[in-house]
Amino acid sequence: MAPITTLHYLVVAAALFVLGVIGVLTRRNVVIVLMSIELILNAVNLNLVAFSRIWGLQGQIFAIFVITDAAAEAAVGLGILIAFFRNKETVNVDEVDLLKW
Amino acid sequence: MQPVATTFFFYFLAAITVIGGVLVITRRNPVHSALALILALLGQAGLYLMLYAPFVAGVQIILYAGGIMVLFLFVIMLVSIERAQKEEQFNKLWIVGIASALALGSLFVGVYVKGKSLFRVAELPVSEQSNTQQIADLLYKNYLFAFEIASLLLLVAIIGAVVMAKKRI
Repeated sequence: MAPITTLHYLVVAAALFVLGVIGVLTRRNVVIVLMSIELILNAVNLNLVAFSRIWGLQGQIFAIFVITDAAAEAAVGLGILIAFFRNKETVNVDEVDLLKW
Repeated sequence: MQPVATTFFFYFLAAITVIGGVLVITRRNPVHSALALILALLGQAGLYLMLYAPFVAGVQIILYAGGIMVLFLFVIMLVSIERAQKEEQFNKLWIVGIASALALGSLFVGVYVKGKSLFRVAELPVSEQSNTQQIADLLYKNYLFAFEIASLLLLVAIIGAVVMAKKRI
């Protein structure tokens, strides 16, 4: 069989990215939208690590920073979700319309 | 050591990752989505190992599959999901969302088909044993400032999460 090249990993990452975008754009549940954002960040990480195989370790360093960012984003996002659920008793994104007029 | 059956393991792990991703965005119950996301993350950690990045794979399992997913499961238990499960799961503009996501996907396909020759096959020699040491060297020497800023970011995130989630400050 053909050897596995960087391009193979990039295709997997692109598939994950598109799945994440579909999740963000179509789901109503905020928790699943946040999980889709995690999928997108993971697709980017896979790209970075795949390129670090060609261009050196800097890609892996950057992947670690992206993971740090994802942790911070998940903590703040879920905090906002809890505050929102306490006020409106719903977890649907299309009912988040307090700032609309 | 020469790796064995690389092709098989690559397709196996890629299938686990993509199937996990599909399950994340299609399940009705958020708990099932979270478990599917753990599956996808573990498959991806395997892919990192195949790319000779054992440290990132370890961080992925400990931080993502261990830390962030526990946070998600806790929040799913805090907000009541019974009512949301009975409602419509996809919003009214779902067809537009899928169409634009597929347009993005076809853009990726076009770039990868046209620029195939840009991704050269020649790969760096890897020293598996000292991967963690090399990362530490880079992180504590070249990227020290960014590392400290990341710690500040985490501090801000902790304070922000507590402020958001607390009833009365």
